[in-house]
Amino acid sequence: MTSVKLTASALAITAVCATAAAARDNVQIAGSSTVLPYASIVAEAFGENFDFPTPVVESGGSSAGLKRFCEGVGENTIDIANSSRPIRESDLELCTENGVDDIIEVRIGYDGIVFASQLNGPEFTAFEASDIFNALGAKVLVDGEIVDNPHTQWADFNADLPAADILAFIPGTKHGTREVFEEKVLLQGCEDTGAMQAMIDGGMSEDDAEDACLDVRGNGVTVDIDGDYTETLARVDSNPNGIGVFGLAFYENNTDSLKVATIGGVEPKTETIASGEYPVSRPLFFFIKKAHIGVIPGLKEYAEFFVSDEIAGPNGPLSNYGLVSDPELAQTQEAVANEETLGEGM
Amino acid sequence: MTDATSASAPASQPPRIGSILHESDRTKRRNAAERRFRLYGVIAISIGMLFLAALLFAIVRNGIPAFTQTYMTVQIELPADVLDENGNRDPEDLRKVSTFGYNPLIAAALERTVSEAGIETEITDGSDLRDMLSSAAGAQLRDTVLADPDVIGTTQEFRLLASSRVDGYMKGRVDRESLARDPNLSPEHLDVVDGLVDAGAINRSFNWPFITGSDASESRPEQAGMGVAILGSFFMMLVVLVLSLPIGVAASIYLEEFAPQNKFTDFIEVNISNLAAVPSIVFGILGLAVFIQFAHLPQSAPLVGGLTLTLMTLPTIVISTRASLKAVPPSIRDAALGVGASKMQSVFHHVLPLAMPGILTGTIIGLAQALGETAPLLLIGMVGYIATNYPDGVASGFLDPNSAMPAQIFEWAKRADPAYYERAWGGIIILLVFLLTMNLIAILLRRRFERRW
Repeated sequence: MTSVKLTASALAITAVCATAAAARDNVQIAGSSTVLPYASIVAEAFGENFDFPTPVVESGGSSAGLKRFCEGVGENTIDIANSSRPIRESDLELCTENGVDDIIEVRIGYDGIVFASQLNGPEFTAFEASDIFNALGAKVLVDGEIVDNPHTQWADFNADLPAADILAFIPGTKHGTREVFEEKVLLQGCEDTGAMQAMIDGGMSEDDAEDACLDVRGNGVTVDIDGDYTETLARVDSNPNGIGVFGLAFYENNTDSLKVATIGGVEPKTETIASGEYPVSRPLFFFIKKAHIGVIPGLKEYAEFFVSDEIAGPNGPLSNYGLVSDPELAQTQEAVANEETLGEGM
Repeated sequence: MTDATSASAPASQPPRIGSILHESDRTKRRNAAERRFRLYGVIAISIGMLFLAALLFAIVRNGIPAFTQTYMTVQIELPADVLDENGNRDPEDLRKVSTFGYNPLIAAALERTVSEAGIETEITDGSDLRDMLSSAAGAQLRDTVLADPDVIGTTQEFRLLASSRVDGYMKGRVDRESLARDPNLSPEHLDVVDGLVDAGAINRSFNWPFITGSDASESRPEQAGMGVAILGSFFMMLVVLVLSLPIGVAASIYLEEFAPQNKFTDFIEVNISNLAAVPSIVFGILGLAVFIQFAHLPQSAPLVGGLTLTLMTLPTIVISTRASLKAVPPSIRDAALGVGASKMQSVFHHVLPLAMPGILTGTIIGLAQALGETAPLLLIGMVGYIATNYPDGVASGFLDPNSAMPAQIFEWAKRADPAYYERAWGGIIILLVFLLTMNLIAILLRRRFERRW
């Protein structure tokens, strides 16, 4: 009896494996969890409006997505990598090594990064980059001296801020958001407070000073969140003094429990981010394997549909969800239509 | 023999040690210790029950709302000049009107519905009213038109999904205060909703699409369902059953009945017991490396998920099968061998049938464990916006990208819109129903077929 079952199952498996070689007919996408909501909205509308099956969108993070993207060319590799950061030299090297040469870069728009706290918590409604740096930086400038951060309350360095204990939930180092947070907030704050100049004057090279600026205190004052925004939200919910770093779209979906802080007096909104008034934002991308166009049905149509005015334009579903649409969308549309790869025309 | 004399002693004398009529101090302490121990037991059980009750209460309270959904009934005009400019009802031309092209029709219909219901509101613009409905409405209209082009030029009644905020209001999750700061819907919309509820245009009904439907994007939680993920789980369990039952049973019969007892078989036994305790995420990494990167099986496919979960389930099945084979008394084997059966005949004709109830119970418990497993699926790409297309047949059921019930719940719990949180709890209820059913079957099988010696 057992041997009969064994043979039957072995046969079944071989049959199934044989069909596995058959052509794949849906677009496969992986990468940034920030881009995932937008990609899923587009994929859904794409499935509804075209005769192609709905594309599959996996999450996992920008770096993991690009790594899988660069694994090679063929039906067993993904067609599109979503990313919340530009492609790096190291990614390109891996791609070239595995024969992924022609890559089309598509910028879909901008994402705002906001600081939000509990709705009923202390009045964290206005920050400057320098406040954030003074609160979270490992070494700060106090009375002209670079010292280990002595501040325990926000009011210690800025009397306008509430006298509440400093506690911040910031994205972990594997997140694309962390890079923006470091560059646009910490580094900016470091320069604004004069800490950076003081470090350079103290004999540090510029690069070392920059690195020192990006060091956060840790020690329970700053908490790295390696999960997603839901985790940050849960932490902020249970800590009245906590400040969390969120994407604009996530905040807009959870306005019933969060209040947002202005940066430099500007409220984060799609309009202020598009105009550049709100400083903390970053472009979002996806990358297409040109070799797969024409092999995987619907790939180019999906990309064109994604950047069309109907979808990615100022009143499209993506911008309703929180994406700041790209003022140069027309150029992107043209680039996708012409299949312009990285290195040419850019 | 002093006891014999003491029994006849006058009752006024103090009782002596060892009387069964009077407790000595030592006996009292012993009895008190026993009462205390029983009390500890009762306390432990009550704490356990309390947690169970709290868990069930939380699941039911949070999850039940997902099983009803708010719909709005609207009369929508489908004008020919918008939907079919050439007037020839050519399906190709009809397809050119995208789901967004239907939005103005819905907006106009809403304006009319609101004014006919006699609701006074500051929101007069139809496209603002459109926020009360799900963005899935356009697709529903388009599908109707494509399926039957004759409806063009007529006015049809549609039952459209309300948006997740309106649905949340009907379920008490959203109120005017929370909407005041929400860019998706304004408190004025809720006045309109109240009016439409009175007019009978908005109502809540049982949410079948939640059980049968496919996953939806982040902007429309009201449309999301578990159906495709349930199919994904089903195909995965099929792979697990077909592979792990024969392999597991064959391995255990050989180890238990035929294999010589030596260091090597001892080593194998120790390894099987250890494998049962390996964290499931390790099997996920193994699955990624072996099945996807080495064997080039497709990503996110239930086949790969099933193979990975098979690795996880095998030790459970082997251990329970061996236990039930061991429980068959040696006298059965001896009797079979004594009347001239070969070793194999004694196993397959006598031992295995008697061990079957135990094997089946172990298999079902193992399958139930695999059904609820998420960790290995994270690594083989089954989490994300995946469970969107129903499989076309058996082959595509195994090979097309799909998710599974626990992975879908995990994904929903991650999403930004609070409505997805509710769906995640609802998904847990569905998953629990499946698990309870499987455990119930296991118990029934055991009750019905188990033999005791």
